[in-house]
Amino acid sequence: MADLCEKRIGVLAMQGAVREHMRMLEGLGASALAVKYPDQLEECHGLIIPGGESTTIGKLMARHGFLEPLRRRILEGMPVFGTCAGMIVLARDLVEGDQPLLGLMHIKVRRNAYGRQVDSFEDRLEIEGIGSREPFTGIFIRAPWIEEVGPGVQVLSRHQGRIVMAREGNMLVAAFHPELTDDRRIHHYFLGMVEGNGTERLS
Amino acid sequence: MEEKGTLRVKTGLAEMLKGGVIMDVTTPEQARIAEEAGAVAVMALERVPADIRAEGGVARMADPTIIEAIIASATIPVMAKARIGHFVEAQILEALGVDYVDESEVLTPADEKNHIDKWRFNVPFICGAINLGEALRRIGEGAAMIRTKGEAGTGNVVEAVRHMRTINEEIKRLTVTPAEELMRTAKEMGAPYDLVCWVAENGKLPVVNFSAGGLATPADAALMMQLGADGVFVGSGIFKSEDPLARANAIVQATTHFDDPAILAEVSRGLGKAMAGLDICEIDKENLIQFRGW
Repeated sequence: MADLCEKRIGVLAMQGAVREHMRMLEGLGASALAVKYPDQLEECHGLIIPGGESTTIGKLMARHGFLEPLRRRILEGMPVFGTCAGMIVLARDLVEGDQPLLGLMHIKVRRNAYGRQVDSFEDRLEIEGIGSREPFTGIFIRAPWIEEVGPGVQVLSRHQGRIVMAREGNMLVAAFHPELTDDRRIHHYFLGMVEGNGTERLS
Repeated sequence: MEEKGTLRVKTGLAEMLKGGVIMDVTTPEQARIAEEAGAVAVMALERVPADIRAEGGVARMADPTIIEAIIASATIPVMAKARIGHFVEAQILEALGVDYVDESEVLTPADEKNHIDKWRFNVPFICGAINLGEALRRIGEGAAMIRTKGEAGTGNVVEAVRHMRTINEEIKRLTVTPAEELMRTAKEMGAPYDLVCWVAENGKLPVVNFSAGGLATPADAALMMQLGADGVFVGSGIFKSEDPLARANAIVQATTHFDDPAILAEVSRGLGKAMAGLDICEIDKENLIQFRGW
């Protein structure tokens, strides 16, 4: 990953854990950009949709004209990583609810799947493809899980049988919050996706 | 092995609320309007602060029926208020499944000397503060989120501004305080020494800090964000105004785009009447809510 410094990764900055993701990206040598306007998407080689309240993030995206341009960028191949609320926003299907969604990834997601805040937890996870087999501390906050996946979706981690991390092509999602830890392996993995993918039209 | 109620899990929810608006609601219908407008959470109450102020009497935790009805009608987090020091009200709120307990000066304090020992709970707590010492005392007791107190129920932002500026100024001063003076500073502030050292080193609070108390317009929300708030509470300001949905929508957008005057101008248009406000000097000192708790 020699040219990481030249890669600009956006963090969608409607609401939520924006600065934690930016800190992670900068710690890995990438340049991070808080994205508040749709035209900034053209400057990004990859985008993180952070945790926050998915209803709030979805509504603000719709109101500020993000849904179509972002859908187009993702379909063009821009890598995108959604954590928690970001995973909900990317999903094609929700078990219940009708909030504005990008609706691109072939997963069916249940919001607040583990219950309320008193049921929020941390636990050690085994994650495929992030280099070492050392367990990753997953922080689950009013977290969703993935109930069903389509045929093209690769499951990267399960917690007690439930799918909590998955990838479909240029889309990566996690139900938990790697940005709240000091463990950079998942962000490193995402930067690897950015390195290998659909960046030529920008350079 | 799953671990619940850890500090990271408690402060983590507050991190997820950043850049958002938390709205006071008293009915399931209001909770739905708040969610529809894009609130990141709601505060379930029996009466909004403006009514508590007007009606007087002892203000207590809301009836569980109201809290449960609001929980059932919202998919976003639900907070609820317990009286300062009333750990049993907090136990009840935890049992009801609220997502955050606000140990709040808006209710009548139950203990004039002690706040709740918040480390004992799995549910996270938010507490009010008018200065850095008070914020660090609450964090020392286990609060996972802080809000500046402002003067609730007035629709007047002046106290919220005072408290935010005070806390930020005190943080800045700590970052240039020589190490040998930190113990004396901790003594003078009445704050735990280890937290004073942490703030001196990191130049910020160890938890998220929202602004509350007297915010009534999109411009008020953006003002507090530009002054460094991580997010805002709007209490009486929404449902005491002429057009709550429009105002709630506008405040949500103003909080995201707090640094874009063109958007602020756009969303501030045609919202109807804001809540009628109160000048702080019209309130007798003993009726100021912000001096409850210490």
